[in-house]
Amino acid sequence: MRGAPDSIYFLQPSSLEKALQAYGENPDSLVLAGGTDLMVAWNAGLLNNKKVLDISLIREIRGVRALKKGVLIGALTAHADIQRNAAVRRHFPLIQTACSVVGGLQIQNKGTLGGNIANASPAGDTFPVLAVYEAIVRLISRQGRRALAFMDFFEGVKKTRLLPAELIESVEIPYSRKGARRLFRKVGTRAAQAISKTVAAGLLWVGQDGTVEELRFALGSMASTVRRLVKAEKFIKGKKLHRDAVEEACRLLKDDVDPIDDVRSTREYRLQISQNILRSFLSEANYYENP
Amino acid sequence: MPAAGTNIWRREGPEKLCGTARYIDDYTFPGCLFGVTYRSSIARGLIKKIVFDPKFSWDEFTVVTAKDIPGVNRVVLIENDQPLLADVKITHPLEPIVLVAHSQRHKAYEALSHIRAEFMEQPPVLTIEESLALKETLYSMDNAFKKLLIERGSVESAMAQADFVVEGEYRVPHQEQAYIENNGIAAYFEKDGSLVVMGSMQCPYYVHKALKAVFKLSDHRIRVIQTTTGGGFGGKEDYPSMIAGHAGLLALKSGRPVKIIYDRHEDMAATTKRHPAIVRHKTGVAKDGRLLAQDIEVIMDGGAYATLSPVVLSRGALHATGPYECPNVRVRSVCMITNTPPNGAFRGFGAPQTLFAAELHMEKIASVIGMDSVELRRKNVFKLGAVTATGQILRESVGAREVLERTLKRSRYAQKRKEYSRWNKNKRHSTWRGMGIALVHHGAGFTGSGEVYLASRAGVSLTQEGTVKVLTASTEIGQGTNTIFAQIVSHALDLPQTMVEIEMPDTSLVPDSGPTVASRTCMVVGGLIERAALEMKEAVVRAAGEFPRTKKGLARAAAKILNGAPFRAFIVQYKKPDEIEWNDHAYSGDAYGVFSYGCVAVDLEVDRATYEVRLRRLTTVQDIGRAINSKLAEGQMIGGITQALGYALWENPVYQNGFMQNSQLTNYIIPTAMDTPPMDVEIVEKPYSHGPWGAKGVGELPMDIPGPAVAAAIGHATGLWMTELPILPEKICRKINAN
Repeated sequence: MRGAPDSIYFLQPSSLEKALQAYGENPDSLVLAGGTDLMVAWNAGLLNNKKVLDISLIREIRGVRALKKGVLIGALTAHADIQRNAAVRRHFPLIQTACSVVGGLQIQNKGTLGGNIANASPAGDTFPVLAVYEAIVRLISRQGRRALAFMDFFEGVKKTRLLPAELIESVEIPYSRKGARRLFRKVGTRAAQAISKTVAAGLLWVGQDGTVEELRFALGSMASTVRRLVKAEKFIKGKKLHRDAVEEACRLLKDDVDPIDDVRSTREYRLQISQNILRSFLSEANYYENP
Repeated sequence: MPAAGTNIWRREGPEKLCGTARYIDDYTFPGCLFGVTYRSSIARGLIKKIVFDPKFSWDEFTVVTAKDIPGVNRVVLIENDQPLLADVKITHPLEPIVLVAHSQRHKAYEALSHIRAEFMEQPPVLTIEESLALKETLYSMDNAFKKLLIERGSVESAMAQADFVVEGEYRVPHQEQAYIENNGIAAYFEKDGSLVVMGSMQCPYYVHKALKAVFKLSDHRIRVIQTTTGGGFGGKEDYPSMIAGHAGLLALKSGRPVKIIYDRHEDMAATTKRHPAIVRHKTGVAKDGRLLAQDIEVIMDGGAYATLSPVVLSRGALHATGPYECPNVRVRSVCMITNTPPNGAFRGFGAPQTLFAAELHMEKIASVIGMDSVELRRKNVFKLGAVTATGQILRESVGAREVLERTLKRSRYAQKRKEYSRWNKNKRHSTWRGMGIALVHHGAGFTGSGEVYLASRAGVSLTQEGTVKVLTASTEIGQGTNTIFAQIVSHALDLPQTMVEIEMPDTSLVPDSGPTVASRTCMVVGGLIERAALEMKEAVVRAAGEFPRTKKGLARAAAKILNGAPFRAFIVQYKKPDEIEWNDHAYSGDAYGVFSYGCVAVDLEVDRATYEVRLRRLTTVQDIGRAINSKLAEGQMIGGITQALGYALWENPVYQNGFMQNSQLTNYIIPTAMDTPPMDVEIVEKPYSHGPWGAKGVGELPMDIPGPAVAAAIGHATGLWMTELPILPEKICRKINAN
């Protein structure tokens, strides 16, 4: 415990308006939403002599609302609350699944969707899902509101396109066409309380004649930010899911990601299992190669 | 009213559950300072100078270097080669150099960034291979801290006559103890100049002995008190002596109480780990499966100082054959120096390393000679009267065959093997499934003449008020010591166990019953207090005519034997059973008084897409002698197995230039409840005549078993032969891609 509470300049606004004002006046503040990541830094003493803007008391941007064209998830909605929401469960089952594998139950209770997105870890568990549902991130500051496509929000590891003194207000998830084959798969370092080695989400629409109408597939922990498999998606469109086409899509996976060797895993493993996951998702009949 | 053999509750359970138990960081001392440690940023070299930032206001701080040590700059243990603070020479990363204390914890940490040691770097030796190749000569002529040879019969001639000769190499990594409570010690000086040390530890008298040398104080001027300790697993066997020395030095210089509490990163990166090892087997086998010759080589990585390595090596070598009889055995073992933080004690103490190799090698032998590995084990397993590699005759309490058969039956091993072999042929299944088994032995108590040298003393006392107190320095570190001690004594005296109290492990109040290690607490120390209780009973009966069963009655009886004193202690000393003989020069004879035996069957599946291993079920049967408290014994078995599953599948310490890279619980992966399978546990009770109420050791045995069983099960599932722990999905992936 190297954190020194006395040395931290702590701002705790009670409304969104006050928060935007405080942030505007102190744009160098670190924002605390659920605190599940920030408290680790606090413990290591990394917040000593810094400003912290605690927005966790703000009520306006918490909760899930169903809209005509989708659902709107307030930035301060905890992963646990998202899982329990009926609209999310009905229309966006992958979000529910992804929220249920973030950290452990304690982290799901405290950690917020907005905080997770703003933190911009390459390993965010919900990110591939938000990528394939083509979510929109709504931002707010004293200057006003704007929106970014989810994929445009990230700039790199722990880097976003948030402007100074700008907060995430909500995340909008538009309804997508019915009848998709779905996939969510987190491969972590263990069964819970784990950071992903790779995390995948997929939506696949296949026509009655067996040709692919659309594939959306995204991977986390495989590059500096979450990645859609642009090349593989384009390639497979209009094709039947024969073995050769599936193999080619798996081969193309490599072109859109660039995983690394680190303490959690290896590049070789991350590529191999991502391809395996994509292969079994696309294959009409799952098949596995024996070693 | 038999107290032994009942499942009474843990004595300290309620206070731990309610959060009222006080760990060392919960104590406050008036004027207390918080101490931190400045450590080396290189693996090997010389300290040129230490620069203290001149712009920093140092007068608020207490600063200690090696020059401030009044006595010997050593952590006294076995070889006494480890300095308390590096003076000139740096031998491993994160070696302590400077101590700083301040009344505010974060200020003390801040000061560390204003110290800079300048080094003359020397090329380090970082692995077993580099040390063997004498990349640099660091210790004696050959970089070996210790070598041990065990020989029985003639390996060469037996090998020449064998129908098969099977060779294999096996590797195991470091492992972190990962106790819940990090290391922590507080120290202060009394007005009369005596030193008091309190904290989280396994062995108060080890700390006591170490402090005497550092501070040049006599026995009675040092008092060591163990506070509630959140786990040890060997990790608090030797290192608390280091921290106690540091806290004491800061207290001496500042004249105030000083507390040093490591955070998780420092604890994991700088303190001891399990010894990594390479083990090679060459085995001569007859057609019918009889083992004819075992030629075994054990190489361990001791880290930068000898510390406990000689005894870890000894236990590893003594268990290297597995629980099998073989007429011709040679075990050559060596512990090498490397420029990495010293490796120390960890549950199992060398045995999990060599038993992993021994048991997995049985699988290899079975596949080479075309025999079922269970049959191979049945053919060679220790039976009553069997002779071990050191010539020890197993005279009693040999449950090896029984635990094997019970495990096979309970786990439905044979049926499941068949079932899973069919399952794995179906390419539509998203997993491969496998069953694996392992059988081990574990000697309880110190090795060879260790218990004789220790000459442990323990006892019970009777007070004026009619209270019976247990007097030992054996520590409660989560395993149930206090509970079973109360049971043993109350059983011997035929008293309700609530009438038996446990004295605090405080060196000013209790005799030296030896360290809390080596599965010796119940079997050895428990035996001492049982004897002491019987002596007390006899004394009371002599004086009072009978042994009263009430507190009032005991108080009346006490009055007759106390002669006005407030209490009388009945202390007994360890006596070697007559039949036990050990020759330390030839390394032969009775290595341990008795062995416990354990078997595990693992049922698991491997994901075909991600190569993740999911444990479906685990069955274990263990012969631990009579169980004083079977609930607590089962807790030891389940806990030890879980720790060993971590060793087998997840725990992967990554080192770079000798520094641990994943020194946090976020990236050093230990299993959670979600990773741990349902466990089916059975105890087999083969009583041991010299154990209290027939008990043997249980603490370490479970740690030895799962590794090889997991590797065997993965082998069954995937057809891959994995000989190195941990078996990470990445390794499975690499092997699949290589094939």
